[in-house]
Amino acid sequence: MNTITPLSNRGRTWFQALADNAQPVNTGLGSVLVADATWRGERVRLLAIVPDPQNRFPRARHGELGLDEGWAIAHHVREAIDADRSGARRPILAIVDVQSQAYGRLEALLGIHMSLAAAADAYATARMAGHPVVALIVGTALSGGLLAHGDQAHRLLALDDPKVVVHAMRKQSAARITRRTVAELDELGKTVIPMSYDVQQFAKLGLLHELITGIDADAPSTAQVAEVKERVAAAIADIRKHPGDLTSRLNNPEARVHRAASIEVRRRLAEQWNA
Amino acid sequence: MHTTHSDNPITKERRDRFLARQSVIEMRARERARAILDPGSFRELLGPFDRLESPWLPLQGIVPESDDGVIVARGLLAGKPAVIMAIEGAFQGGGMGEVSASKIAAALALARGDCERGKPILPVLLLETGGVRLQEANLGEAAVAEIHAEIVALRPLVPVIGVITGMIGCFGGMSIAAGLCSYLVMFRQARLELNGPEVIEQEAGIDELNASDKHLIWGLLGGEQRYETSFADALIEDDVTELRQVIQAQAARGVPARHRSEQVEEYRRRLASIDPADPPDSLALRRIWPKGEMP
Amino acid sequence: METMNFEYDARGPLTRRAHVGVVGSGDLEVLIEPSDKPTAQVRVRTSVKGYTQVWKAVLDRFFGRFERAAKVEINDFGATPGTVTLRLEQAAEEVRS
Repeated sequence: MNTITPLSNRGRTWFQALADNAQPVNTGLGSVLVADATWRGERVRLLAIVPDPQNRFPRARHGELGLDEGWAIAHHVREAIDADRSGARRPILAIVDVQSQAYGRLEALLGIHMSLAAAADAYATARMAGHPVVALIVGTALSGGLLAHGDQAHRLLALDDPKVVVHAMRKQSAARITRRTVAELDELGKTVIPMSYDVQQFAKLGLLHELITGIDADAPSTAQVAEVKERVAAAIADIRKHPGDLTSRLNNPEARVHRAASIEVRRRLAEQWNA
Repeated sequence: MHTTHSDNPITKERRDRFLARQSVIEMRARERARAILDPGSFRELLGPFDRLESPWLPLQGIVPESDDGVIVARGLLAGKPAVIMAIEGAFQGGGMGEVSASKIAAALALARGDCERGKPILPVLLLETGGVRLQEANLGEAAVAEIHAEIVALRPLVPVIGVITGMIGCFGGMSIAAGLCSYLVMFRQARLELNGPEVIEQEAGIDELNASDKHLIWGLLGGEQRYETSFADALIEDDVTELRQVIQAQAARGVPARHRSEQVEEYRRRLASIDPADPPDSLALRRIWPKGEMP
Repeated sequence: METMNFEYDARGPLTRRAHVGVVGSGDLEVLIEPSDKPTAQVRVRTSVKGYTQVWKAVLDRFFGRFERAAKVEINDFGATPGTVTLRLEQAAEEVRS
């Protein structure tokens, strides 16, 4: 069973901070925040999943990516794609603090996999349509939560903070499934880097465009918000210079060390493809 | 009770067809790929002797496999170029590690290159996986995200066919990949869900879902239920010939005008009609979300 | 996981290679290919520790008859000695045919 932990406010905190005073788009959901902020005269679409104790689906009340949330993200990302079809492609920023996906019987019945697929599809489609897509990880980025809301971005940024956690599964569950104790899992993460729950270790994998240090993730100062906005804007500028797909996560010094096998698979498969 | 054999007569033709069936489920991934491709056309890429095994499993005292549990094979299907990406469910539950997931992502990228150069090739995914391999957590997940990206990039050029065979089914991040495919074929013995029943039980409690209640589980995630509620495009029996035929039939439909994961407004309308406080059961859902209703 | 290495005398060369099996519960995979050295070099990686003597007995019996110069790799996930022998025979069959 889930242990009851206090609901995280980070998604909302950073959404509000980065949206300035932009009027939020009405999503019809308390759990999905969308706004078009104006940064130096340019519209940037921000999206965040936040806890909603009144969520109509009980298993999605703590900031999980549930059925409604995935489809809503797909809707609001596609809304921006459709609106910008003949004009400037606005950047899209996913603010990530997601307690994984919603786990439940109803979620299973109603096909939550499709909801996450639709969200991932929308972000990937936006990326391919020329929208710079950035994900800013400010808290938890677990499992399907990140796959649907963040992983399809051109660039991943994260705050360097002990409560920023990127992983395929919650630590307690991963321990049970791999038949280890939580302590063993922590120990393992020190040598087997992809197993680590520590964002500084995660940064060594070459998946992050930038790890932003020195920021109070729970209560950022005005200067810290400006700093983060600056880093996101720099990432957007970088995407405009070097758009492309997700291969920037392979073409960097960290990946050459810790994703050497990924790189080798691509190289050798290409060699054999037409052999 | 009135049950006679004449309701469903076992004709000679039906009996012969049944006896001639060749099970796909009983095959290993490599045999499956070989059986789908035209005889003599199977060519494996990054096979066992290339020894691209997981760099992470031995560090954890886990025996690796020489192909890391994914078979990539090029060949012909009914005379046309195809690439089969088959996951071996017997190795680590079909879990996607850095190497295995990268093999699929890289094959999809190469297929896209061929299609862009006017050399069409049909991509077929045989999905038999519990999702991301937890022993390679973040790198497995990163490569699964790359599979998602590649499916979305490839499918405007050629239909991407997903097949969920069984007995493991298709879960986790790879259920998202299944949702991104142009067409999805399911065996009756297959299951499809984001979350494995055991994980739901563990995360949400046994009152939410009893993972050992097989009847309930099949009603939620089984091939027939997914087909009847339009999460899959075809439901087939466990037979090689039928699988080959259905892959060709789905491919012949061409690239869909809008893929399932692009039908956002339709699914949102469907979802809005559900009251979580008074939810339908599996059978009721078949009535309110019938197959064939979606574009 | 436990890794073991064995080496056996060989009388003749091997011209083909073969792969059989899968690293699944109660099963194993065998990779066998020609070697430049005049011996059969066998590496075993197994998920079950502490059965070196059993492995030695099974492999001694098989490679005592096989007598080919080969590199052999076995990745085992808890197969019984019977299954190990079966897979080795299967691999030998494939390299002979």
